[in-house]
Amino acid sequence: MREVIMVKYGEIALKGLNKGTFEDILIKNIKRRLRHLGKFEYMRRQSTVYIEPVSHDADLDEVIEKLKTIFGIGAIQRCAVYPKDFEIIKEESVKYLETALQFARTFKVEAKRSDKTFPLKTPDIQMELGGAILEAYPHLSVDVHNPEVTVMCEIRDKGAYVSAERIIGAGGMPVGSSGKALLLLSGGIDSPVAGYMMAKRGLIVDAIHFVSPPYTSDRALMKVETLCEKLTAYCGDVRFFCVPFTEIQEALRDNCPQEYFTVIMRRLMIRIANHFCKENEYGALVTGESVGQVASQTLRAIQCTDAVAEFPVFRPVVGMDKKEITEIARHIDTFETSILPYEDCCTVFTPKHPKTRPDIADIEKAEAMYDFTDLINKAIRDTEIKLFRVEGNE
Amino acid sequence: MIYLDNAATAKPCKEAVEALSHAAENNFGNPSSLHKMGIEAEKLMNEGKSAILKRLSKKDGEIFFTSGATESNNTIIRGVANALCRRGKTIITTAMEHPSVARVMDKLEAEGFNIVRLSPKDAIDNFEEYIADNITPDTILVSVMAVNNENGFITDTKKLYTLVKRQNKDIIVHTDGVQGFCKIPLTGDFISMSGHKVHAFKGIGAFYAAKGTRFLPLIYGGGQQKNLRPGTEPVENIAAFSAAVKAYPEDMSHFELLNQRLREGLAAFSDIRINSLIGKCVPNILNFSVLGVRSEIMLHSLEEREIYVSSGSACSKGKVSSVPDAFGMTDKEADSAIRVSMSHSTGEKDIDELLSGIEAGIKRFRR
Repeated sequence: MREVIMVKYGEIALKGLNKGTFEDILIKNIKRRLRHLGKFEYMRRQSTVYIEPVSHDADLDEVIEKLKTIFGIGAIQRCAVYPKDFEIIKEESVKYLETALQFARTFKVEAKRSDKTFPLKTPDIQMELGGAILEAYPHLSVDVHNPEVTVMCEIRDKGAYVSAERIIGAGGMPVGSSGKALLLLSGGIDSPVAGYMMAKRGLIVDAIHFVSPPYTSDRALMKVETLCEKLTAYCGDVRFFCVPFTEIQEALRDNCPQEYFTVIMRRLMIRIANHFCKENEYGALVTGESVGQVASQTLRAIQCTDAVAEFPVFRPVVGMDKKEITEIARHIDTFETSILPYEDCCTVFTPKHPKTRPDIADIEKAEAMYDFTDLINKAIRDTEIKLFRVEGNE
Repeated sequence: MIYLDNAATAKPCKEAVEALSHAAENNFGNPSSLHKMGIEAEKLMNEGKSAILKRLSKKDGEIFFTSGATESNNTIIRGVANALCRRGKTIITTAMEHPSVARVMDKLEAEGFNIVRLSPKDAIDNFEEYIADNITPDTILVSVMAVNNENGFITDTKKLYTLVKRQNKDIIVHTDGVQGFCKIPLTGDFISMSGHKVHAFKGIGAFYAAKGTRFLPLIYGGGQQKNLRPGTEPVENIAAFSAAVKAYPEDMSHFELLNQRLREGLAAFSDIRINSLIGKCVPNILNFSVLGVRSEIMLHSLEEREIYVSSGSACSKGKVSSVPDAFGMTDKEADSAIRVSMSHSTGEKDIDELLSGIEAGIKRFRR
């Protein structure tokens, strides 16, 4: 029996003339992710990619697990392929559907006929196939509104496809179809989620992180590296910039008024990020800020940090509350890592009473009390770059 | 590298390494086997028991081997509570216990036992009497650590044992002897020990059970160790434990000299609080606060010089310890506490290096 996996496009299906470009990127991404799982043949037709294993040892369950993390995919269906002969379809699919149907109570058949030369019309296919199934599994009953199992039968150009399981894909746009962005990754719950969300919109997401040893520990860095690794499951390869930040923070502590520490620190981070954006052609910055969460995430504070950004700053979780963000963090498996209790550089020298409504003129004045240029350049020079690769692409 | 975190774990000694590899090469039999290999393994295990009993100065009683002190503490506390719960429901313990005791007590409390937790700060000069004064007719067990892992505070277990038994000889006394074993005399109906704190390996622990004491097992299996702690005995690890115990020096004067040197060195810096009370703590542990410098920052800056110390208890990465409160430390003191724990290979030069590391840390971090 031949089995294929049908991958149906998400948003790309709605694209116009440039649809082909998006398809190319999606298929390239799929191929990269599946490469270590075996040899596959790919065919695209009617807004669908057909993935057929060439080697017999390919584990299709594992393939489906991987596909579920690839953006740009609307739905995934594992199906049996038959010649377009309805007698064969009936006979074979009743056997094929055994695992799906033996413990179900209700079902329905949904048919599609894009090949209009097929002798049976859609309602006829539904009725005939449904009848055959009922005969083979008499414990079942038909429920067209809320079936436990929906059997799909599609008569397409190349053959008939029967399946009982339709899996919702990750949605969004294929990673790489919208450009590149640099994520400010702290180690908290929010920033990995922000990275995930922008990758979902088709961005290639790389990450920048600031370390302040001995104020921060190696464990804190290990934690962020683990987060990067976890992000690769959705984002693809992630380049990781690790910026030594100790001297800058010490200079900040020694030279600027305490209540402005946090905002000035964030401005310095953005300045450094600006540099890497220009050097590596990132078109935007991404942060995990959510309005009102902490003192640096008030409107005024955000205005102050954005004033030094030379690129658009995307904040995909800006309007979400902690519970919603946490839900996504659990979904992408970053939550347990994010809550490890190691201090990151953002909480070093946190003022007792930070200004929640900083005035940009005051901030600029406070920041001008020390010339950070040399330290910024040094931090940029000493930045370490690491590449985290998608599983199977080592 | 200067390793001053021996209360967290101590480097396996040469004797332990040799004993382990010798046993692995030659005595790998299962002590339960009927043949010669089994008998040889059993002998090795019994030698281990004798070495530990000897070090505890006990003539009779039983040694049980476990996976470590956490298992020892769990087995004793739970096993005794379950065995004696019809006689009473009250257990007396302290507020400074290691989590492997404290969390078991929390669980028993949730199951209906009455747990009394006493703080040393309420009777720092006569803690043993204070504990004994809290005994009621319902008390079945007294569980106290001999040496606190964070500051070295000693509870005189012999005195405590006498005071408790004078009131009611049926009350069981459990001594968590992890930090005290090989360092100070230990008394108790049950005494827990750990291998890796005395230069043996991680993964092996033991406990002493006095003759005639009763407890119910935590796990069930093939009948080993009187069916009270079943599971094939890790003979190689037991051999190493026994070798380490035999090799551990009796003399503590080495620690006293280093401890004094460290205290004197610290006295030269301003705003240092010594949290280990003089005369009331073991000399191999010294806990002090460098006020104004958070423990973790000092720890990592010492780490840059390859000096390894601890901020409180190493088991509790990032978690809040109950010990500072049990000793009445302020938050400021607790936040800046550093624990130095020495071994017999620690030298004066190491202490001097540590002191210059702390001095540099104070200059850099204290604002």
